[in-house]
Amino acid sequence: MNVIILLILPLAAAALSFLPLPRLASVVTVASSSAIFFISLQLAEQVVSTGQPISVFPKWIAVDGLSVLMLLMIAFVGAMAAFFSLGYMSMNSHKPGRLRLYYANFNLFIFSMLAIPVLVEPTLVWIVVELTTLCSALLVCFENTHEALEAAWKYVVLSLMGAAVGLLGFLMLFATMQAAGGGTYTWDGLVAAAPRMPAVLLEVAFVMILVGLGTKAGLVPMHTWLPDAHSQAPSPVCALLSGVETTAVLYVILRLFPVLKAAPGTHAEVYAIVFGLLSVGAAAFLLLQVSDYKRMFAFSTVEHMGIILLAAGLGTSSAHYGALYQAFSHTLTKSFCFFAAGAALLAVGTREISLVRGLIRTSPVAGASLLLGGLAIAGAPPFVVFLSEFSIFRAGLSEGRFIEMALLVLFIAIGFFGILQHINQMVFGGSNSDAKLKVRLPASCLVVLLVTALLVIWLGFYLPEPLHQLLRLGASALER
Amino acid sequence: MINDNLIAVSILDSLNMLAGGLFLLTAFGIVATRQAKGTLTLFITQSLLLAVSAFLLGLRHSSLHLYGVALVNVVAKAILIPWVLRKTVHEEVYTRREIDQVLNIPSSLLISLALVIIAYFLTIPLQQAIAVEFRGPNIPIGFAVLFLGAYTLAVRREAVPLLIGLLAMENGAFFAGISLARTLPLLVELAIATDGLIIVFITGVLIRAVHQHIGTTEVGAMARLKERTTDEALEETGQ
Repeated sequence: MNVIILLILPLAAAALSFLPLPRLASVVTVASSSAIFFISLQLAEQVVSTGQPISVFPKWIAVDGLSVLMLLMIAFVGAMAAFFSLGYMSMNSHKPGRLRLYYANFNLFIFSMLAIPVLVEPTLVWIVVELTTLCSALLVCFENTHEALEAAWKYVVLSLMGAAVGLLGFLMLFATMQAAGGGTYTWDGLVAAAPRMPAVLLEVAFVMILVGLGTKAGLVPMHTWLPDAHSQAPSPVCALLSGVETTAVLYVILRLFPVLKAAPGTHAEVYAIVFGLLSVGAAAFLLLQVSDYKRMFAFSTVEHMGIILLAAGLGTSSAHYGALYQAFSHTLTKSFCFFAAGAALLAVGTREISLVRGLIRTSPVAGASLLLGGLAIAGAPPFVVFLSEFSIFRAGLSEGRFIEMALLVLFIAIGFFGILQHINQMVFGGSNSDAKLKVRLPASCLVVLLVTALLVIWLGFYLPEPLHQLLRLGASALER
Repeated sequence: MINDNLIAVSILDSLNMLAGGLFLLTAFGIVATRQAKGTLTLFITQSLLLAVSAFLLGLRHSSLHLYGVALVNVVAKAILIPWVLRKTVHEEVYTRREIDQVLNIPSSLLISLALVIIAYFLTIPLQQAIAVEFRGPNIPIGFAVLFLGAYTLAVRREAVPLLIGLLAMENGAFFAGISLARTLPLLVELAIATDGLIIVFITGVLIRAVHQHIGTTEVGAMARLKERTTDEALEETGQ
């Protein structure tokens, strides 16, 4: 029942947001996204304590360990982004009508993302993945500048192109299932039918889905839209796009791994490792030469998607655990980074790295957050990304994958250098002091920054037992 | 009796083949037509041919599902999508002629031909892997139209032809799908059709916003976002 409420809440909030009452839209959005977060927490607790999936309509809607982990991530960033929007959107004087549109779209976007892990029928999942693009397109171009519109257009066209390829992939998957003697077309049904599937058909379907949805997850070489869209959107939306949307799409691809593992003669791992390493490598070098700090965090998303896919491709249960741990830590840290970037943008009014110098003096809060975010996302200890990357590294080494791990560490080190070089210049560089005004950041932004920063640090020291259980449960769904 | 059935099946197969051929031809048309409005007409024709093929396959396999698919296609793509497009996009946008494509039209058509041949050879191993009753012209033609749609997106710049290219890709996926996934639940088909409408609506709004704020309909030619060096960035901001 809770699962259904989870889906109805954002829809209701979206409808209410259209009502022309002052400030109603923002209040409703904050209330509904907080409620969604608490419901997801409760669902997570239920799944962890019983160890059993919750199925509402077994053929359509069900929630297992992996889904609930995704739900929790989406709901957390959703709630934080809603709070952040409260202050952030009021700083840029928008007309009330535009603001209502923003919040309505925001809620629809949350709905489409929550539906991804909840649905179990692959073609329906494909539809909600497509809906995430469509619901977020108008958020990306919300500022209506030339750059924002161009970014939104690229985002829509490339994502939908990928989606069309993915659709054929999912229809072929259905045919593969029929060829294996049928069954219910759900994630579980696919795994059950996998041993009888013709390898050629399944592998082609998988590659089409990997390429199609990989476009939206930002895998190199289909990533070209990502830095544009993720840098032009308003910062709270960037946190959602970079933090959870890409991961949610990657989740759909990960769902196919157990199917291919159970089918004889298919090689999901090879594709995962190749695409994964390619993404990490390309992103690492692109990180060295960015000139826009929001683009920098966007490229770092490409890097992390590559790491997750690579870890999933290693194939052991500890690597799967590492992949999900990495997805979780990336979501948490990346959303913090974009909140920090939003604060910096409010404080200095430019996205150019070269125009921001001595941020720690002009706006201590924004400067410190950006420094913390940069260190955390680049993978420095003692932050949560370091722990998750280390767990992947350990899993890879114990498998004897020395070459892959050496490349991974090399690329991560290059990326680390790139990110910190830029952050260092921005935060500590000699001030070019042409009268930067000191903006007071809105209270809601400060609260969000504080909460996410504390989590990023706290989880960097220790992994709470319930979270560990949840990750284990999620990894076992990838295993089977 | 058995003989009659065989003849009926072979006639249906030939008709389906014909529908497939025409379907492929419309995709070539979308690559080559200069007039934005012309591509829309071609898309409507294409969707009707998709419905015809679904109907014929429905008769051939006596499957009610496929009649449903045909109906959904006619209503959503031949009636609703053009209507939504007309509502959201400014008249001026789709009466435009596109003068400069990235490649000239004869070479575009040659490349398209090559793509079709590639699609044909790519699908041979697939055809062999699936059960006999799922085989047919739909699979290679579906792949070919998917490729041609992607190619359209690569070479065209005007807003409406680009949107039509996207929709053509989806049509291609579906054309293969009606043969591959015959028993897909009708709920899913309906959801996919609704999704198509949302695509047109959102893209239409986006095209209108671009037209309003930038004053161009050549959305494909926008190229302000790219990696720049620090010097270029400084120059641009005038410092």
